Amino acid sequence: MKRPISITLILSLSLWIMGILPGTAFSKPLEITVMTHDSFSVSKKVVAIFEKREQVKIRFLKAGDAGAALNQAILSKNNPLADVFYGVDNTFISRALKAGVFIAYPSPLLRHIPDELKLDIQNRLLPVDFGDVCLNYDKKWFQKKGIQPPQDIAALVDPRYKNLTVVENPATSSPGLAFLMATVGRFGEQGYQEYWKKLTKNGVLVTKGWQEAYWGSFSAASKGNRPIVVSYASSPPAEVFYAKKKPAEAPTAAVTSPGSCFRQIEFVGILKGTKKLKLAQKLIDFMLDTDFQEDIPLQMFVFPSNRKASLPQVFTKHTVTAEQPVMLAPERIATQRENWIETWTDIVLR
Amino acid sequence: MSFIPDGEWALGSLQKLFKSGYYARTLWFTFWQAAVSTLLTLVLALPGAYVFARYRFPGKKLLQAFATVPFVLPTVVVATSFQALLGPRGLINELLQAVFNLSEAPIQMNHSVLFVLLAHVFFNYTVILRMVGGFWARLDPSLTESARVLGASSVKVFFRVTLPLLKPAILASSLLVFIFCFSSFGVILILGGPRLATIEVEIYRQAVHLFNLPMAAALSLIQIVFILLMMWVYTTLQRKQVVTLQPVSGAHSQVPIRTAKDRSWVGGNVCLILLLVGTPLAALILRSFLTDTGLSLVYYRALFVNPVQSIFYVPPLEAVFYSCGFALVTLVFSVVIGILAAQFLSVSEGRISALFDPIFMLPLSTSAVTLGFGFIIALDRPPLNLRTSLLLVPLAHTLVAFPFVVRSVLPALRSIPQSLKESAALLGASPFRVWRSVELPIIGRSLIVGAVFAFTISLGEFGATVFVARPQTPTMPLAIYRFLGQPGALNYGQAMAMSSLLMLVTAVGFLMLEKLRIEGQGEF
Repeated sequence: MKRPISITLILSLSLWIMGILPGTAFSKPLEITVMTHDSFSVSKKVVAIFEKREQVKIRFLKAGDAGAALNQAILSKNNPLADVFYGVDNTFISRALKAGVFIAYPSPLLRHIPDELKLDIQNRLLPVDFGDVCLNYDKKWFQKKGIQPPQDIAALVDPRYKNLTVVENPATSSPGLAFLMATVGRFGEQGYQEYWKKLTKNGVLVTKGWQEAYWGSFSAASKGNRPIVVSYASSPPAEVFYAKKKPAEAPTAAVTSPGSCFRQIEFVGILKGTKKLKLAQKLIDFMLDTDFQEDIPLQMFVFPSNRKASLPQVFTKHTVTAEQPVMLAPERIATQRENWIETWTDIVLR
Repeated sequence: MSFIPDGEWALGSLQKLFKSGYYARTLWFTFWQAAVSTLLTLVLALPGAYVFARYRFPGKKLLQAFATVPFVLPTVVVATSFQALLGPRGLINELLQAVFNLSEAPIQMNHSVLFVLLAHVFFNYTVILRMVGGFWARLDPSLTESARVLGASSVKVFFRVTLPLLKPAILASSLLVFIFCFSSFGVILILGGPRLATIEVEIYRQAVHLFNLPMAAALSLIQIVFILLMMWVYTTLQRKQVVTLQPVSGAHSQVPIRTAKDRSWVGGNVCLILLLVGTPLAALILRSFLTDTGLSLVYYRALFVNPVQSIFYVPPLEAVFYSCGFALVTLVFSVVIGILAAQFLSVSEGRISALFDPIFMLPLSTSAVTLGFGFIIALDRPPLNLRTSLLLVPLAHTLVAFPFVVRSVLPALRSIPQSLKESAALLGASPFRVWRSVELPIIGRSLIVGAVFAFTISLGEFGATVFVARPQTPTMPLAIYRFLGQPGALNYGQAMAMSSLLMLVTAVGFLMLEKLRIEGQGEF
């Protein structure tokens, strides 16, 4: 008969872990909490600048994808989980403002931010970064086949590109929704339905989210067989940055011609009910200032909103910003969003 | 709560639910794919359970640990490894094309129901294997032997003697598999494509994208009612015939491989496991080493580097530490709550247990989104302001994990003859002593099976049930998702490397749990 040493071991180990964890998480003196989505990132160095200057600790709460995070901020408005929220985008901004969970703050740094990014005149939500959702294609694939890669989203319905495109489901993916909105803005309320009917006939593949499309079906990134994917204008520099040996040229390219991209703008705001208003305002200023703004491109592969922030070399060399991206009024998005998704689902999936 | 957004009952938005045929179709699809998946898993895993219950052979423990690994892997990772194997440009298709000189890929499984069923079997094979196998090992082989001596054919013996005896374990494990497939979100969306929507998918869409909480809540309710119905069927089937029997220890019931028939039984099942579970896993491990310049450790080395100095960088050892820590706490919580719940169900009156049994299964059958938002709404006031507490992680994991302990332990507990406990009590044993020396040894093996699943569920959980993830305490699945969130070959390779690491930790964890012996239990 064996003695139950291992059981005692497990029990004591788990008790020890339970004892040690709260100790590490709660014994900090002054804290400010930032609620955000899963894709948020920032470098240690930049966080340390603010923490040292203000003598506080920044705590980050990641609350699922952009939609889920915002919904939780709204659901917890009576007793907010955080002081600052980072990452409401222009497709969700009306929901956020209607719910009344943010406090206005006219930061002095707003003067460095282009007016076309500012969507809330009361400055409850301040633009902090932006990115363009657009088509990416596998350069090598098109070279090998001797086919001209598409230069415009309208070209996708061409029989030449039959069975070559993979897009994300707008009901479950934010780039998917952005691309749908690009087609709405480009072709209009009637035209977009026609476009998707043709695209469905032309063998478009729909996946759940960006990961499945990019890692599962895109020929440049995986064993997939689709050389055209909906991704970001900044995906090509990421392919270079995260290659084992940095190639001279990106293996993929983005289609950024007029009316082919949808601009996603992300906003930051102070949550109503914060007990650290002054500190929260300082943090917002910090996020809009150059230290933080210049950190954004390589952390999240989107563009800084502050004009004065300079871009890293891998960005200036391998990225093309979208010319005349599609933008839709937030109110229109708020009222039509469900309708667009429903219609899209009826056309493409049912 | 969600039905009363502005203080009024908002049932208007629900009308659509009953008018549109779409939801009826969705419900029907959800049901039949779950039923077929369960049946398929059962047919494939029962022979395996027999082999594991009755034979001793080298490498058995290892193989069993290995078969459980799929259970912890994130769906995205499994999907890519299936893709690498069976996709249009996958290993098998390229091989077939090379051998038979074909221009088109012969296997076109992408986005088909078949792919979904296959993945469900891959995930759930181990549930049947372990739960039925564990129960089977305690059946006295002399029962079937005497039936054979009396002249019954082996087929007849199986259907007339073995199957009825196994029924409680088969029903219990099938129920778990069914619920899993019924609420399958990732597998169906990723492998089946967005055309195959289940209720779970609709709930997510309504709650997160459209913020239509009344609709999401209504769909959750439908899902729950459906699962309750299934539970009712299950409890009725279960109650009709409760066979109590004298359990035997595995040492008596297991034999080494002797005859050619034994060899083909064991060999066949080992091959099945290797093919079904082994090949996708092998494809995954291969990809964590394979770069365009050949095999290398570059992805593993990259795990230890933080190229952009991100504050959310996850040191691999830290991720292993937190994952194992949460899993161990979950294991302890689930075992304690699971035993209490199972004991309660086994002694309570038929009607009371018929009421509580489904309630204990609710967390497993409730959509992750519903649970996540539920935490936010329910836990926002002291004394239960746990929303950002670390304890919420193992608590949420326990909620999903303890039904496994209940389902695993309950059949064993019910099979204990009342006379056994009574005679112990007559001999002067206190109730605790009876439990400690009679019941615990008998349920020991099933308890370990339940504990293994609790551990596994916690290891594989990436935060669907708890939205508010804490970047300060990263786990391995979270790290995998972080890598998969950005383009670039290095990120993909690191995700595969981290997945392989997760598999290794899981397998080691299992082997250590298997080594556990409850005092006085002997060789169960």
